[in-house]
Amino acid sequence: MELLSGAEMVVRALRDEGVKFIYGYPGGALLHIYDAIFTQDDVEHILVRHEQAATHMADAYARATGKAGVALVTSGPGATNAVTGIATAYMDSIPMIVITGQVMSHLIGEDAFQETDMIGVSRPIVKHSFSVQRPEDIPEIIKKAFHIAESGRPGPVVVDIPKDMTTPTDRYEYEYPKSVKMRSYNPISKGHSGQIKKAVDMLLAAKRPVIYSGGGVIMGDASDELIALAKELGCPVTNTLMGLGGFPGTDPQFIGMLGMHGSYEANMAMHHSDMILAVGARFDDRVTNGTDKFCPTAKIVHIDIDPASISKTIKADVPIVGPAQAVLKEMLEQLQAAKTKPSAESLKTWWEQIEEWRGRHGGRYKTDDSKQMKPQQVIEMLSKVTNGDAYVCSDVGQHQMFAAQYYKFNKPNRWINSGGLGTMGFGLPAAMGVKLNFPEEEVVCVTGEGSIQMNIQELSTISQYGIPVKVICLNNQSLGMVRQWQDMNYESRHSQSYMQSLPDFVKLVESYGHVGIKVERYEDLEGAMREAFAMKDRMVFMDIAVDPFEHVYPMQVPRGSMRDMWLSKTERT
Amino acid sequence: MRHIISVLMENEPGALSRVVGLFSQRNFNIESLTVAPTEDETLSRLTVTTIGDDRVVEQITKQLNKLIDIVKVVDLTEGDHLERELMMIKMKANNGTVRAEIKRTTDIFRGTIIDVTPNTFTVQLVGASSKLDAFIEALGTSNIMEVVRSGVSGIARGEKVLSV
Repeated sequence: MELLSGAEMVVRALRDEGVKFIYGYPGGALLHIYDAIFTQDDVEHILVRHEQAATHMADAYARATGKAGVALVTSGPGATNAVTGIATAYMDSIPMIVITGQVMSHLIGEDAFQETDMIGVSRPIVKHSFSVQRPEDIPEIIKKAFHIAESGRPGPVVVDIPKDMTTPTDRYEYEYPKSVKMRSYNPISKGHSGQIKKAVDMLLAAKRPVIYSGGGVIMGDASDELIALAKELGCPVTNTLMGLGGFPGTDPQFIGMLGMHGSYEANMAMHHSDMILAVGARFDDRVTNGTDKFCPTAKIVHIDIDPASISKTIKADVPIVGPAQAVLKEMLEQLQAAKTKPSAESLKTWWEQIEEWRGRHGGRYKTDDSKQMKPQQVIEMLSKVTNGDAYVCSDVGQHQMFAAQYYKFNKPNRWINSGGLGTMGFGLPAAMGVKLNFPEEEVVCVTGEGSIQMNIQELSTISQYGIPVKVICLNNQSLGMVRQWQDMNYESRHSQSYMQSLPDFVKLVESYGHVGIKVERYEDLEGAMREAFAMKDRMVFMDIAVDPFEHVYPMQVPRGSMRDMWLSKTERT
Repeated sequence: MRHIISVLMENEPGALSRVVGLFSQRNFNIESLTVAPTEDETLSRLTVTTIGDDRVVEQITKQLNKLIDIVKVVDLTEGDHLERELMMIKMKANNGTVRAEIKRTTDIFRGTIIDVTPNTFTVQLVGASSKLDAFIEALGTSNIMEVVRSGVSGIARGEKVLSV
């Protein structure tokens, strides 16, 4: 058997796990590992400019592929800089491995230089963490880390490695385990057939059913099963922010996103339904609005791989614990074998009602009251220019909601955004992580002039590795979502929500060797966008001036029911 | 309602902090907590008493089950069970009347005086938490110098066992 140092084992284990890229930043505690990286070609290291970006790159790779991404950061500040990225992945159940350097074992607890208790700091935001105590444990720990991160309800795993565990002269027999068994961790592989039967009976009896699906369908690779089930049932489908792309955005059965900024028809359909089939969604507060008023006439079937997500905020009538793919498959089989079919007449009445809602308020925004470009127009143009096929990596704020509302996602894993944590600065590194792994695909970062400046240093990483992402910056010269809330709740006192002293983004990106395009008139938009996407091997930054006063609508009235919404600055349901 | 939740977990460094952290992170309440290794040195047994409605307790057991180091979780209060807590209580006992009263009450509660000085008695008492509370109430707080309680340990009655 081959003898390897701890440092070499780390890199070899990543190779044996099939890892192509790791994203990181070196430092004292990692020097042995970085030396081991230098002497091999299997795993390519991407040097970011800030550790947060490394975690978002790894995270976005995972969102696009379902496989865990890997970040490598040093002890102390390197590790703490990774915290936001770990929390981002945790909130959205994204598999990720974060290897953190640690000071030498004998220094731990002595407030050594660049020492942070990373196991302690990260505890509430990881699925699990490991602290390496013996170098020979490294292969097994890394195998376990991947197993835990990717299986069950996925999540980030931290592996903390004291520097003396990687000493080059201490060598051990290396063998990468083929599998791991843990008596305390056995993720469930299928749902309870009896419960599925109950759900099927309810679905067959329902008059106004809605499927409400979330990120669990994307991460659980259950999009095909969801589509098949929805086709069999003929009922409307709404997606959460995390679930977009799980059901095709252009399908007539799709009624849009639901929740705080959900579509009028989706929120109305939820409120008036008699049966909600929730799949891989967690009844988050941004979805349910006031829980005491939530969907008063609906019976709820809740499918989730995490039992703790079921009946956490909204009580389920039929809980089904299991992976979305396996459960939906069995549900479809039972449906097809059933002697009865859903009542065509009830469905017809239900669809007439939904179409009426859709016709009344669906997907509208006004373009006539201002000469300025509307942010919604930019997203619609992006959807058109990229045929709804691009990987869209979003930052956080109004632009994120506009992208979610107006980009028509037809495939899963292509809408990449920080839903749970709402991390500004996520978009650019996320786009980089996806583009590196899918060089042939169109990868877009939709951002605002606020969010982009939270990780703008990565323009330098893009130059170094030649990562030709396209940035669509909806520049409204203000923190739009904050400003919207201030307009609605604080009599337009715009406390600290202006973005002053903005850089000339065109000059800024040019200084890194990229292409910048400024667009101020709608007439120029399509041409400029097509020009940007035609530059296949260049990073292009589109600085697009949009109406600074635009709000995101619909917007649910706080603590109301699903159907209580503002539809514009003056109209309410 | 008060619940006694028993947990079997891997005897790994950091396992306890994950449990304690979970409670504070999710705003669950801890009344008492005890933890010690079992006859199998790879496993620790932890008992936590908590107060919450059904929804909260359901979340507590589910969230505990999600922790990777945790092997099994059971809410003992769902079935017949035994509950014991150990208390040592040091009291002022500097005159005959007080000494006699403490001795008498200790006997009634089937406790043991385990340390005696000219001015103090230290009593050991084992029982359900409510019995220990009753003992304190019976003697009054004015003579109490120090109370130390182990926190609750529990076990199911009959043949039911919590094991791997």
